[in-house]
Amino acid sequence: MGLQVLFFYLFAFIAVASAFMVIAARNPVYSVLFLILTFFNSAGLFLLTGAEFLAMILLVVYVGAVAVLFLFVVMMLDIDFAELRAGVLEYAPIGALIGLILAAELIIVVGGATFSPEVAKAISMPIPAVTERTNTAALGDVLYTHYVYFFQIAGLVLLVAMIGAIVLTLRHRENIKRQNIPQQVARTPETAVEVITVKPGQGI
Amino acid sequence: MTELLGSYVPIAIFIGIALVIGLALLIAPFAVAFKAPDSEKLSAYECGFNAFDDARMKFDIRFYLVSILFIIFDLEVAFLFPWAVSFNDLGWFGFWSMMVFLAVLTIGFVYEWKKGALEWN
Repeated sequence: MGLQVLFFYLFAFIAVASAFMVIAARNPVYSVLFLILTFFNSAGLFLLTGAEFLAMILLVVYVGAVAVLFLFVVMMLDIDFAELRAGVLEYAPIGALIGLILAAELIIVVGGATFSPEVAKAISMPIPAVTERTNTAALGDVLYTHYVYFFQIAGLVLLVAMIGAIVLTLRHRENIKRQNIPQQVARTPETAVEVITVKPGQGI
Repeated sequence: MTELLGSYVPIAIFIGIALVIGLALLIAPFAVAFKAPDSEKLSAYECGFNAFDDARMKFDIRFYLVSILFIIFDLEVAFLFPWAVSFNDLGWFGFWSMMVFLAVLTIGFVYEWKKGALEWN
């Protein structure tokens, strides 16, 4: 038990500290690296609460894909970060307001369950003990049957994201030679080579 | 619960050892390495001439498109894991619910293919 508490404080402290460094770091590449550290520590916190699957997905999806995308954009995009940073105090009240709203929402969600246990019962499925059913299997038991609408909506959201990304960014350039592999493979000596008999001194 | 966390002890030990080795390699040069600092050693070197401009530049949006599409299919695969783990207990409803999910994303995949978003020219 003592070790668990120790690890909780370790993960929580590093997560908060590196989250602060995300906004405080001068170099945006360092910001993204601190963001990855935050993700790792949040995964550790998830693991401590028994949410094994969420912890691993956080690593696979966020560290493996999202953070790399961020890093990639930050390293390649042509943005003057010193100029962006100049207005930071100007926008601080709006940022603080958004943070306040988020904190209030979190308190309502977490606090609501403590004040009225019936609410918590109504919205959540009971979690089976880890000894009976592993975390991933317990998720799979309810996600595709009990929560089928949410699952299908998630699929539609992914579809919208895919189509949206294509519609917004895909521009087909004209007058560019494109590779057409079937056409290249279907070429035979008969279709590719033409024999012309040229009379001497005339040219083609 | 304790059992679950107990199975992660090797990973915690591994991270601890990695941290120690990484920090040792970072700190050791300060203690033992020969030092002769020179500003030229830190300046950008670009095949013999001075760097023209910043390393950051405008880049083709299609790199971004490819990685967004990667993330979407990454998430799709993430949904497959719990399904595969509890496949025996799901029954036909669970099976077809996943098939519909995959069909929806296949529509997106076909759209993407036909649009030529996977092509690089």
